Amino acid sequence: MKKILNAVIRFFLYLVLIAPLLLFGVYAFSERWFFPDVLPSTWTTAPFLRLFSDPKTVGGLLTSIGIALVVSLFSLIVAFPAARTLGLRRFPGRQFAWLLFFLPTVVPPLAVGMGMNILFLRLDLAGSFVGVILSHLVPTLPYTIFTLSGLFANYDENYEYQAIVLGASKRRTFFNVTLRLVFPGLIVAGLFAFLISWSQYLLTLLIGGGKVLTLPMLLFSAVSGGNPSTIAALSLLFIAPPVLVIALTARHLNQHGNAIKEQY
Amino acid sequence: MNKQSNFSPPWLSLAPAIAIIGLLFGVSVLYGLAQSFGFLTGTEQEALNLDAYRNVFAGQGPAGREFWSSFGFSLWIAGISTFVSAIGGFFVAVWLNGRRGRGSRGDTLALNWNLAFPHLVWAIGLLLLFSQSGLLARILASMGIIQTPSQFPVLVRDRLGIGIIVDYISKEIPFLALIVLAVLRSQAENFEVVAENLGASRWQRLRYVTIPQVLPSLLSGSLLVFAFVFSAYEVPALLGVRYPRMLPVLALEFFTNPDLNSRAEGMVISLAITVVVMIIAAISIKFEKKIG
Repeated sequence: MKKILNAVIRFFLYLVLIAPLLLFGVYAFSERWFFPDVLPSTWTTAPFLRLFSDPKTVGGLLTSIGIALVVSLFSLIVAFPAARTLGLRRFPGRQFAWLLFFLPTVVPPLAVGMGMNILFLRLDLAGSFVGVILSHLVPTLPYTIFTLSGLFANYDENYEYQAIVLGASKRRTFFNVTLRLVFPGLIVAGLFAFLISWSQYLLTLLIGGGKVLTLPMLLFSAVSGGNPSTIAALSLLFIAPPVLVIALTARHLNQHGNAIKEQY
Repeated sequence: MNKQSNFSPPWLSLAPAIAIIGLLFGVSVLYGLAQSFGFLTGTEQEALNLDAYRNVFAGQGPAGREFWSSFGFSLWIAGISTFVSAIGGFFVAVWLNGRRGRGSRGDTLALNWNLAFPHLVWAIGLLLLFSQSGLLARILASMGIIQTPSQFPVLVRDRLGIGIIVDYISKEIPFLALIVLAVLRSQAENFEVVAENLGASRWQRLRYVTIPQVLPSLLSGSLLVFAFVFSAYEVPALLGVRYPRMLPVLALEFFTNPDLNSRAEGMVISLAITVVVMIIAAISIKFEKKIG
C-alpha cells in the first residue's frame, strides 16, 4: 500500500517535471491540429522556421541576450565588493546598508517601475536600452549582493593573507586565491541574475515603452495574437536558457540546503 | 590602527552599489510618491493635492468603483493560493524527507525544476492545457466525455480566478517545499527517532515534532508567497478576466491610460499594493528572526 502511494506521488512529481516541456513541444511542432484530436495530424518544424526567419523574433532574442548579459555582468562587478564587505565586516551603519539593499526586494516592481517611468522620461532614458538595463539592476543587484554576501559569510580571509605573506601581488592574490575560492558561487549568482533580467516583463514594459522588444514582450503580444503553435515555439525559445541553467546548477542548489528565494 | 582606516574602507566598497540602488530605486519611489500627490503628471495643474487618493479610495469614478472589489479579489487569490501552497508544500517536503537516499536527488531536482519556468511561461502553459480547446479538453473529447469545446468548464480566464490560483499553487508548492525541506534536512533526525522510541505515533510525531520545527520557516515563506502573488502582474494579466481584476492589472491600466489624470490614480493603487506587501514582509522578517 505504502509502496503504491510512493509510486503515485513520485509519478506526479516527475509528470510535473516533464509535462510542461511535452506540452509546449506538442504545440510547437503541430500543424492542422483540429479539435478533438489528442495529437496533431501533421508534425512540422514550420513554427520554428517562421520564428527564426522573422526579424522581429531574432531581434528580440538578441536584445534579450544582450540586456541580460550586461545586467548580470554589471551586477556581479558592483555586487562583489559590496557583498564582501557585508559578509565579512562588522561596521557602524551595516544595518543601514543592508536595509537599503533589502527594500528593492520588498517593494513591488510595479511601483518602482511606475516611478522610474517618470524619472526616465525626464532623463530621456525612456525607451532606450540603457534605461531598460538600469531598470533591471533594481531587482538583480540586491539579489546578487545577498547571494554573494552569504558566500562571503563562510569565507576565510586567511588564505589571502597567506598568499600575500608568501609574496604574491594584490592582483595575483585576487585572481589566484579570492576569485578561485568564490568562483562556483559567483557563477551561480551570475546565472540567476541573468535569469531575473531575462524574464523581466513589467520593468521592460514600463521603461522600454514598447520600443525595446525583449522576448517576454514578444511572448505577451503573441498570446493576445492567439496562434498556439507560435506561442508554444516562442515559449520554448524563451525557456531554453532557464532550463539549461537549472540543469547545470541543480547540484549546487541543493548542496547547502539553500532554496532560491527569488521569484521571477 | 586608527579609527578612520577601520571606518572608511567598508563604505568605499559599498559606494557603487549604494549609489546605484539609492538613485535608481530611491529616486524612483520618490517620483512615484510625488506623482500620486499630483506632481509631475505632465498636466497643467501641478499642485499638491490628494485628489487621486480620494478618487481611488472613496471616489465615484472608474478607479473608485473598481478599487475595493479588486482589492477583495486580490486578497482572495493571494489568500487561497498561499493557504493551499503552504499545506501542499509542507506535505511534499515531509514526504520527501522521509525518503532520503536513493532517488531523493531526482526528487529535489523535480522541485527545483519549476524554477526553470518563469511565471509568464507557466501561465501560457496552463492556457494551452486548460483552455476550452486545450489539450485537456481534447483528451476528454476523445474519451467521449464531452463533444464540443464549449462543454469544457471555463477553468482559465474565469470570474473566480481559478486559472490564476492553479498557476500560483503549482508554482508555489515546490517553492515552499524546498524551504521546508531545507529546515528538515538541516535538523538532526534524532528528534523523530526519540519521539518514536518514546512511543509517539506517526500523527503525534508530525504534530509535536515536525510541525513546530518547520512552522516559523513555513510561515515566513508563505508570507513571501502572499506578498508576491498580491503584487505580481503577469499571471493575472494572462489568466484573468476583465472583471474582477487583480490590483496590479488595475494599477497598470490606469497608469498607462492616455488620460494623464488617471496616471496618478494608477500610482496610488500601486502604492496601496506596496503598503500591503511591506506590512506582510515586516511580519515575515519577524518570523524569520525567531528561527535564527
